[in-house]
Parts: sequence; C-alpha cells; structure tokens
Amino acid sequence: MNVKGLIAGMVAGITALFTVAAGATAQDRIGQPVDKGIWLQEAASEQAQKISDFNELLFWIILVITIFVFILMFYTMWRFREKANPVPSKVSHNTFIEIVWTVVPIIILVVIGVISLPLLYWQDQVPETDMAIKVTGNQWNWTYSYPDHGDFELTANLVDNATFDDPAKLAAAEAELNSFLGWPAKMNTRLLDADYRLVLPVDTKIKVQLTASDVLHAWTVPAFGVKLDAVPGRLYETWFEVNQTGVFYGQCSELCGRDHAYMPITVEVVSKEQFARWVALQGGTIAAAPAPTLGR
Amino acid sequence: MAHANPTGWKRWLFSTNHKDIGVMYIWFAFFAGMIGFAMSGLIRMELMEPGIQIIPGVFGMDDAQARHMFNVLTTGHGLIMVFFMVMPALIGGFGNYFVPLMIGAPDMAFPRMNNISFWLMPPAFILLLLSTFVEGPSGMDGFGGGWTAYAPLSTSGHPGPSMDLAIFSLHVAGASSIMGAINYITTIFNMRAPGMTIHKMPLFAWSILITAFLLVLSLPVLAGAITMLLTDRNFGTTFFDPAGGGDPILFQHLFWFFGHPEVYIMILPAFGIISHIVSTFSKKPIFGYLGMAYAMTAIGFIGFVVWAHHMYTVGLDVDTKAYFTAATMVIAVPTGVKIFSWIATMWGGSIRYTVPMMYAIAFILLFTMGGVTGVVLSNPGADVALHDTYYVVAHFHYVLSLGAVFGIFAGLYYWIGKMTGKEYPNFLAKLQFWITFIGVNMIFFPQHFLGLQGMPRRYVDYPEQFAYWNWVSSWGYLVTLVGVILFIAVMGITLSRKKTLGDNQWGEGANTLEWTLSSPPPFHQFNELPQIK
Repeated sequence: MNVKGLIAGMVAGITALFTVAAGATAQDRIGQPVDKGIWLQEAASEQAQKISDFNELLFWIILVITIFVFILMFYTMWRFREKANPVPSKVSHNTFIEIVWTVVPIIILVVIGVISLPLLYWQDQVPETDMAIKVTGNQWNWTYSYPDHGDFELTANLVDNATFDDPAKLAAAEAELNSFLGWPAKMNTRLLDADYRLVLPVDTKIKVQLTASDVLHAWTVPAFGVKLDAVPGRLYETWFEVNQTGVFYGQCSELCGRDHAYMPITVEVVSKEQFARWVALQGGTIAAAPAPTLGR
Repeated sequence: MAHANPTGWKRWLFSTNHKDIGVMYIWFAFFAGMIGFAMSGLIRMELMEPGIQIIPGVFGMDDAQARHMFNVLTTGHGLIMVFFMVMPALIGGFGNYFVPLMIGAPDMAFPRMNNISFWLMPPAFILLLLSTFVEGPSGMDGFGGGWTAYAPLSTSGHPGPSMDLAIFSLHVAGASSIMGAINYITTIFNMRAPGMTIHKMPLFAWSILITAFLLVLSLPVLAGAITMLLTDRNFGTTFFDPAGGGDPILFQHLFWFFGHPEVYIMILPAFGIISHIVSTFSKKPIFGYLGMAYAMTAIGFIGFVVWAHHMYTVGLDVDTKAYFTAATMVIAVPTGVKIFSWIATMWGGSIRYTVPMMYAIAFILLFTMGGVTGVVLSNPGADVALHDTYYVVAHFHYVLSLGAVFGIFAGLYYWIGKMTGKEYPNFLAKLQFWITFIGVNMIFFPQHFLGLQGMPRRYVDYPEQFAYWNWVSSWGYLVTLVGVILFIAVMGITLSRKKTLGDNQWGEGANTLEWTLSSPPPFHQFNELPQIK
C-alpha cells in the first residue's frame, strides 16, 4: 500500500541521514563536536556507548509517536474541513478510545522505564578502579591532581583567542605544552584547547573525585559519557574507562559566571607506558603538592 | 446603573473593573515581551557567528564586560518572559478578562485586590530593569546568574546590590501573583452563575483555577528560597554556604519545587484557550470534557512531585533519581490525553481555518514535539549527555515559546474581536502566522542538533564546529522578527478600525457566555445573572 511505502521510504531516508552523520563523525576528529553535526559525539567509553544506544532507541520511539500524531492531525484537518464535512457530528464521548489513549502511552512509558532504570543504576555504581584523579572547578579553570601518583597537581586554563590569531604565540603555547607532555602536541581548536592537559592511560578504570572551590561548575566530557556538577563543600565520585587513545574535549556545563564559556576540559588519553613516562616526567618537574582541602 | 463609570486616568489607575485590569495586563505583557524579545535578539545576534562581536559595540564595553553582559541578557530574557510576559498575558490578562465572563459573574470577587495585583507588576518590572544598571560581580553591572539564580553564584558570586534588586523584584511579582491567585480561586468557587456546576464550567476557567492553586502552593516556596538568598547575602546566614553548614543543593530543591509547577502555570491557561478554539472552529463540543479537566488537574498535581528531574547531574542519590524518572514520565499520560482529545474534537467536525485555529493546530503539533523530547530528558540515562545543553533549550522553547506563546497569539486572535469589537485584517494575520511559525521553528529546531553535539547552554562564544546551526538559528530569529513586526502592524490596524462586530463573531461553535454579550462587553455585565441549564 502507498502509505506503507511512504513510511518505509521515510524510515530509510532518516536512517541514511544518520548513517551519513555517524560516518562523518567516525572519520572526523574524535572527542569533539563535528562541523554541522546533528547527533551525539562518537563514544569512547562504555558509558557513552550505552547513552548513545539508549538515546537512539528513544529517538526512534519519539519519532514514531511524532509522525503518528502529525499524520493523524493532517488527515483530520483534510478529511473534516468545512467543505468536505459541512455538518459536524455531535459525538463528544467514547469510553473505549479514551481508555486506549491512556493505556497505550502507559505501556510505551513502562517499556522505556524498564530499559531506562537499569541503565541508571548501572551508571551510578563506581566499580573497583585502577587509579583516581581529583578534579576541582574554579572560576575559571580546572585543577587536576593525581593522588595515586605522588599527588602532583596541575591547573588547566583556556588558550585564549589571541594565541590562535598569532602564529608566534601559538608556537610558544604549543612548545610549552610539548615540554609539559614530553611528546609533540598540536592546538587547533579555539575554546576547546587548554594550556595543559589532563593526561590519562587508556583501558584503565579511572575514578574521578570532583569538587569546586567557589561556585558550581560541571565537569563534562561528552565522548566519555560523563557529566557531573562540581559543588563547593561536596566531594562527588564518578568513573570512566576510555577505550581508545586520543585527545578528548569537554566544556564546563553549569553556569559559573563571566567566563563560563572559557574553561575547557582537555583530556589526552595515551598508552599505559606513555602515561608512566609522563608521570615520571611530572615527578621530576612538579614537586608533590599537598592535596587541596575541601571547600577552600 | 449600579456603579460609576470612571473616566480618564482614574479609570485605569483606580480601576476595579476586571476587563480594564485585564486589558492593562495585556498591554503590560506586550511591553515586557518586547523587551524580553529584544534581549533574545541581542543573544541570537551575538551567537550568529563564533567570537564576540555584537555586545561590546551595542553597550560600549570591553570583551570581559561583554561576556558578563551576555549572562545578564540570558538571565533577563528568562525572568522577563516567565514573570512579566507569559504570566501577565495568560493569567492576569485573559484570566481577568474572560474568567468572570465565562462563569457568568459581574466581576472578580475582590476587585480592589485585583487593582493592587496589577499595580504591583510595574514596580516589580522596574526593579528588575534597575538591577541591570547596578553592580553585580565586582566591577560589572547586572545579575548574570541565570533565571534559576543558583547559589553560590547568586550569593558570593554576585556581591553587588544587583541581585538584591532582582530578589525584591521577584518578591513583589510573587506577591502580585499570589493575590491574583486568591482572587481567581474565590471568584471561581463562589461566583459562578446559577446552574453552572463545577463540571459545567468552561475549560479555560478550569485551567485558571488549577493554575491559581499551583501559584498559591508554589510561590511561597520561591519567596522563602529567595529570602534565604537575601539573608545569606546581607545578614550572614549560611543556608546555602557549606562553610557554615549550609548546602548549595538545598537552594536547587527549593527553587525547582517552585520552578517545575511554574512551567505548568505557564502552559495550563494555554491548554484552556486551545480547547475553546478547537471546539469553536470544529463546531463540536470538546471531546471528553471531564477527561480534559481532570487531565489538567492531574498535570497540576504531578507537577509538584517531579522537581528534581531538573537536577539529575547535581549528584543526587540513585534511588531519588529513579523515583523522579518514574514520576516525570507519568506526566506524559495526561498530556497525551489532552493532545488526543483535541484531535478527537476536530474528528467529525466541520473545521474552519481561521487564524486562531491555525495557531491552535500549530500549538498542538509543536507541543507534541516539545513533549516527546521531554520524555527523552526525563531519563537520567540520556539526560547525562543532554543536561545543560542546547537540547534542553530547544525542549523548553518548544513547549513554552512555541507552546505558551502560541497560546497567547491564539487567544489574542480569538478574543480581540470580543475585547474591542473590531475585526483583525485576515490576510495579514495569516501571513503573520506563517512567518512566525517558520521563524520560531528555524530558531529552535537546529538547537536540538547543537545540544546533541554537546554545546552547553548560556555560552557567549562557542567552537567553530557549532557555527553552522547557530547561524541557522540566528537567521530564524530574524524571520521571527519580521513576524513580530507584522504582529504589531496587525494589532495596530485592528485597533484603528471601526467597531463592526456583533455579539458572536465565530458562529455556532462559540457557545461560552462571553459570546452572549456585546463586543466589547458592557462596562458592567450580568447585572442579572444568566441561568445555566
């Protein structure tokens, strides 16, 4: 039938659109948004993958509901226009149909809930982790410390716009970053690149301990499926395990004042060996600082 | 004539007439709405391209001040649209004008309290506008902590007096709304015409009754929360300061206990208006009247027990999140009942596509879209990725900007003939509808993409990857701007015309009591109460 063909065509078209978008994501830079992107960023951890799958399932459900309501509305508008139906009916009750449109949404919501709640409980648990990092949000930068690696500390600030406009400044900033990392690195994304990076090993369960020193902030890396508010006076825990190396970006996601848009999160994920070398380098260059106290 | 007919400035300043006060509320909402819309224009123009380009030039300030100014604009836009545009238009305006008419009452129960309810609004609005001209954070003017005013950014983050003025503004506006709500509840419970039982009452009166209850129950909580902010700021208390045993998260619980009912306060009156319009132009009684009334009641009730779904990423306990997920999804059921009942009202009808009906149909379709993204956001599993991104901005503008505001447009076109006796220019009004419809969808649909890609809200500048959809969105604003200018033209032409309309402009479908009166209605109506069979 025609309607079936039409619906099949639409589904195929939308699937193709999203496949193209996903393809563009995969071949483009991982760990950051893509130009004209319309879908979630490529997942680099199990959490992010599960969020992505769940969001895709929800997308199909809400798409079908929306198309159903639109088609019903357009058909009604056409079939019962004044010209086609000059004498209105007087029907204003139908118990059966009212029960149907109450019960069917309930069933759909129960199905969503049955999938959603286990995912929520799975996301909440923090398993035995291999190492911990401590993250502190400040107006307007992030302080990272490595309590399991001698408690050294680094503060990551935005690379300002002027640096990207001036090749000499950019070269200097990159040189500084290279000496900090111990390997070559490029800065190419305005507002996403920080002067120093949070360096983490791949395939390692990492516990994040999160707090803030002044106002609320939120530590977010879309590719890791992590978003958690940093609250002064509270210490929160979450975790992730990144399954590929690369540079991953995020941005502060809780309004924190004037420079809310200017405190990026830049994470470089490297092999475990490389991470060990980097820690040794930091141990040599940055003296172990005492762990910052809460709610400074 | 039992009462005087005051004239001149005394008629308005001393007004105790529900129709005059309603008209003043609508004008007030119009002016506040223009300021709020201008603020969103500055926001969208700033975001048209990456970098900071518009605000420093407009306000004559440096880049650092401009970044703060952007936050002041988003804060002001939110507060103005919520408290000084949508609420005065739907509740104060249409509520005052049409609730007494629809229930067959001569006026509101407390006419003088009605007067003070309205006249508190301009000072409240002036306080809010003043707050943008005094110091907020050290060295900069205005409060830029968002309409949610989360502590500690609203306490230690803004030491200047700007936030105090904003708090006073909300206190005054809240007192105004509470008095208005008491007035509606008393009027609707006690002053219905003989024979009009609560189950025969028009749905718009139902929607205002439920809204009034939500206001009476939720606004005192907001007043308490912002009073605690005030004492934290000025008198050394530490309700929200962990250094003194307080908790920033407490403020969020208090705020959203008010804030979530608030979004239903904004949309329920629009539900009522849409029901009348759909019924009128389908020439059919509303389908499932009792189901519609109690669906609104259910939405109002559940609206009080879902507040923490705004707080999934603030570190809530997992069982708390599980409860709020389940409770939030329940709201989709009565909302679905309403959507399907509207379509069922049209089904079998003889539908006439007037401008109010076009707005009503657009409301139903766009509210459905905003509703389904709400179901997505109700799940913490997906909300982790979408919280505080443009996806949320798209969602709540679909239900409020394209929902509540379309409800206001629909109501205005539906009732402007009744209020003035003058007919709106049909072709221009239809053109206005289409331009606005295309414009707002162009603004807000691409914001879903930005949110999915991870662009956070309340950002004055963004990486180049987000440029394309921001550019589309900003052009959508310019299209909407044409629609708004046309709207002013349409209303101007309408008001300059002669009074030509009879009692009932819309014919057999319009059968509520206001259509039995002249257009405009007499200064004092129902000196003899109508009998409802």
